[in-house]
Amino acid sequence: MKEIRIHARAGQGAITTAEILGQAYFQEGKYAYAFPHFGAARMGAPMNAFVRVDERPIRLRSQVKNPDYLIVVDPTLLRGFNCYLGFQDNGVAVINTKEGLEIPKPKGGQKAYLLPANDIAMKTIGRALGNTVLLGAFSAASGEISLDSLNRSIRDRFSANMADLNIEAAKQGYEFIKSRIQNPRQNEVGLAKSEK
Amino acid sequence: MRQFIEGSKAVALAVKLCKPGVISAYPITPQTHIVEELAQLVADAELKAEFVNVESEHSAASLVLGSTACGVRSFTATSSQGFLLMLEVLFNIAGMRLPLVMTCANRSVSAPLNIWNDQQDSMTARDSGWIQLFAENNQEVVDLHLQAYKIAEDKDVLLPVMVCMDGFILTHGAEVVDIPEQTLVDKFLPPFNLINKLDINNPKTLGAFADPDYYMEARFAMQVANDNALKVIPRVAGEFSKVFGRDSGGLFEGYRIEDAEQVIVSLGSLVGTIKEAVDELRREGKKAGVLKLITYRPFPASAIYQALKNVPEIAVVEKAVSLGLSGPLYADLKSSFSCSAKRTNKISGFVIGLGGRDVTKDSIKEIFDLLSKEEKACRFIGLKQG
Repeated sequence: MKEIRIHARAGQGAITTAEILGQAYFQEGKYAYAFPHFGAARMGAPMNAFVRVDERPIRLRSQVKNPDYLIVVDPTLLRGFNCYLGFQDNGVAVINTKEGLEIPKPKGGQKAYLLPANDIAMKTIGRALGNTVLLGAFSAASGEISLDSLNRSIRDRFSANMADLNIEAAKQGYEFIKSRIQNPRQNEVGLAKSEK
Repeated sequence: MRQFIEGSKAVALAVKLCKPGVISAYPITPQTHIVEELAQLVADAELKAEFVNVESEHSAASLVLGSTACGVRSFTATSSQGFLLMLEVLFNIAGMRLPLVMTCANRSVSAPLNIWNDQQDSMTARDSGWIQLFAENNQEVVDLHLQAYKIAEDKDVLLPVMVCMDGFILTHGAEVVDIPEQTLVDKFLPPFNLINKLDINNPKTLGAFADPDYYMEARFAMQVANDNALKVIPRVAGEFSKVFGRDSGGLFEGYRIEDAEQVIVSLGSLVGTIKEAVDELRREGKKAGVLKLITYRPFPASAIYQALKNVPEIAVVEKAVSLGLSGPLYADLKSSFSCSAKRTNKISGFVIGLGGRDVTKDSIKEIFDLLSKEEKACRFIGLKQG
């Protein structure tokens, strides 16, 4: 079983992100369970969405405490929250960020991939909603789902034009991470080096 | 067709397959997505029904009371405070023997105000005459809605049925669900034909005044109908299995209870987490099991007793409390063992997960550990210390 935890604020589309991801896993013949947990249940309040994936139907209904993967939609959450809480030792995080923002370093075998998802989304979709960019990045960083399955899932979720824009956004997120994996550059937005 | 779908949307599609003529509801978290989706299906003419917007849950329940009394298959859904506001009408619907189906998206009740999941809301209607079915997952949610109309409309039952699903955990949880084909549903569920209905060509009164000479007989008839439902519910589950090719519904499901020395009895989505804990304990050589109660009302007391009479240690784990006593299910289960004069089973009660507090596998294992200690009616699990 694989577990994914998404950190966002209510209203930033984390539930949609979790559902698109679950749908992509379903495309690949897996069983997924995507579900939210609201904090203050008000727009802007920190919240989580979770995806649990397995080869058989998911029965476990508790929140995800020890995620294999993290997706951070809103990096300002990293200031007040420890988004890495319970993060698996060999976990992979995909974090939406921008230059000048200090991102806490992961530990041990954990990897954190940083990308300016909102900037990419502004250029592709025209709105600063980096969720599908992050999903493309997740596909590249984790190797869990193919970009093709993700695209089909996005197509399923959005109407024709919006689907096209989001598929392009996902592709750019995917390529951004792929290029950073092949060619890591320090001291810039990209692959964060793990602290040993 | 198998789909990856949110629980609330799955409910809406299941209700659509049952072809209701009237839907009325007032939105409340976490029920809202169910009725939003149904309103959309009606607006898109995918479902030919009248969706009536009303100003409160009391009105929503009253409206579907009226439409069902006219012989039209109807639907409503609510949660929490909305459920409490409906309660007066819910007793009337059952008393008038109207085979309505509603969804309760289970949520805690105020005060303190809390929007998250527990099962306190539907428990307040356990004495109302409604049949109450609890779903473990969203496949069961769909299957129980299809079965609910068939059970309610059975001539030996004629009682309303409430399908209870855990708020957020199931309503807002997306998972893989098989949504059946319309042709199969049509084969399973015949059109609604209410014999004793309101008809302008044949005027009559339903739910009229009954003086002390008649009232008790009407209530006794409801008790008989509940007894009948204990036979009808498994029969409908059997017919469901024949048509759709999967087992779903019935009175309860035993999971690894045959040789079990410790069994948890529980309701709803909690059972999934308990099954995971049971499997882990079994791997460690512990003889653990879980009995998932699907039909909470009518309460299948003798069937449960037969299934559990030889189990040395039993726990009832529930997301509700009858304040001043114990969990309501605990009291019910304990009474089903009253026929046994020399009971040797230890039966303990646990209240867990109120107001959305997360229930983990570890907390379930803690309960299994506590079972060998003295029998206690009401322990709260997962309270903050100090």
